[in-house]
Amino acid sequence: MEYEAVIGLEVHVQIKTESKIFSGSRAGYGYEPNELVDPVVMGLPGSLPVMNKAALDGIIKAGLALNCDIPDTCKWDRKNYFYPDSPNNYQITQYDQPICDGGFVEIELEGETRAVMGEHRKVALTRIHLENDVGKLNHFSEDSLVDYNRAFTPLMEIVSEPDMHSGEEAFAFLTAIRQTMIYCGVSDCDMEKGQMRADANISVRPVGQKELGAKIELKNLNSITGVKNGIEYEIKRQTQELKKGRTITQATWRWDADQGRTELMREKEDAHDYRYFPDPDLMPVRIDDEWRNWIRAEIPELPFDKQRRFMDEYALPYTITSVLVPDRVLSDFFETAAKQAPQSAQALGNYVTNDLLRELSESSQSLADCRITPDHLLSLVAAVEKGTITKQIAKDVFVEMFNSGELAEAVIDRKGLKPDFDEDQVKVWCQEAIDENPRPIEDFKSGNEKALNALLGQVMKKSRGKANPQAVNPMLRSLLS
Amino acid sequence: MSEKPHIDIDKVADLARIALTDAEKEKFSSQLDSILGYIDKLNELDTGHVEPTAHPHSIENVWREDRTEAELPTSEALKNAPKQRQNMFVVPKVVE
Repeated sequence: MEYEAVIGLEVHVQIKTESKIFSGSRAGYGYEPNELVDPVVMGLPGSLPVMNKAALDGIIKAGLALNCDIPDTCKWDRKNYFYPDSPNNYQITQYDQPICDGGFVEIELEGETRAVMGEHRKVALTRIHLENDVGKLNHFSEDSLVDYNRAFTPLMEIVSEPDMHSGEEAFAFLTAIRQTMIYCGVSDCDMEKGQMRADANISVRPVGQKELGAKIELKNLNSITGVKNGIEYEIKRQTQELKKGRTITQATWRWDADQGRTELMREKEDAHDYRYFPDPDLMPVRIDDEWRNWIRAEIPELPFDKQRRFMDEYALPYTITSVLVPDRVLSDFFETAAKQAPQSAQALGNYVTNDLLRELSESSQSLADCRITPDHLLSLVAAVEKGTITKQIAKDVFVEMFNSGELAEAVIDRKGLKPDFDEDQVKVWCQEAIDENPRPIEDFKSGNEKALNALLGQVMKKSRGKANPQAVNPMLRSLLS
Repeated sequence: MSEKPHIDIDKVADLARIALTDAEKEKFSSQLDSILGYIDKLNELDTGHVEPTAHPHSIENVWREDRTEAELPTSEALKNAPKQRQNMFVVPKVVE
């Protein structure tokens, strides 16, 4: 019997704000333990939460970018539970009236090769709601230590429908969410810093069966690759169990990335009873069109739209766009140059994705720190197009520009890269090359076009690489005809 | 009228993480039952034409701008902790 997996993801994303969701303590990562706390965060008696407007703006932006409906009203509820990650003994969240309803995430699956765009599809979302993040527990052998720095960081929970079927789709889903959030400036989604966390619900059923199989919740998926590997392992495990005639019981498992396997965390869900009720400390939120519209206007062109446009407008190959587009700053940098020289867009794209990225990584600099501007790229492309330098020499000029900050012309002058000979001199070299190489000429005359390259190489050598092959080629031809 | 509401005192105690003696269970059961009965009185009202409300006040959109304020010094935050180590609260090990 054939089996298929059905996967839903719950993705927690921290919203990037200065202060916490319900109080004025700073929100941030990498501070000393319990440095970012105040009476609200600590749940001290008498403290009262007050909404951070920026957290609301952030989730509305995320929701609009992920095609959700933003209903006119939403409210706050308390989710009651006892665990030391929450000193209040409840989490402020949204139970029945989330701020974002429905929606979908456009994802791209792997193409046949890295040079080919993969299939795109939409993964349906159930909802996105806002809540406070909770403290972090550090477990030791005898006890646990609690740090509340993370507590009350604005946190959104993006809940997908059970609409995915493989680890690869889950990987693509998280990648798409991450890129969209980074583009919108809502979150940096750094999983190592806990800014994005994912849990997966995975079930397996015989192909054709309507009802879902028993649900396994998979936790501890600490990286996007971890999500993919954990889900793939779990699908295999459940399928094997079913094939052996065993039944799967609903449970929570955890992914152990070091061992590369999943392990049982707890068998029976103690039928969690969170006793949700409206939080009397917080007022409902009403959202009107004016609010929705100004946030919609803040949303930049999203990554997949930009990629399609780059391929369309600048005739860029998929490989270049797939390097440029995930980095909003880099793709904007490219476009600033490309707008001024659309006919050279491919060359510009190549300099950005090959030469610039290589130099940045070798010198451990960021684009913002380095001396290369769009004008540098334009000056280089112009010099090549005018025939002042060859493409080969342009590579060296780029490195010089990168190191000195000069424009291409200045580098070419300083290094004496401009041809110091005229057309007649080139003609002389061509004739010399013809005279010295009877063999290739025979070949060329008997129809072997490639034989001309040997002559071209000779001329380039005589000119110390400065001659323009585009000019040498026709000159050789006319001398040979 | 529906049947008399009845509280499951064991479940409530468990959810609240409170250990109750048998005598306490009996006492609190009847107290909570009478509270439930009182709330149940509200069901006698016809609320068909009343919109559900999440809050007794009709105020909306109460918020602050995203500005930071001074935190509680770590030492102050930890002051009431029965046990602390490395500027963190020490709690029994419970892995969720």
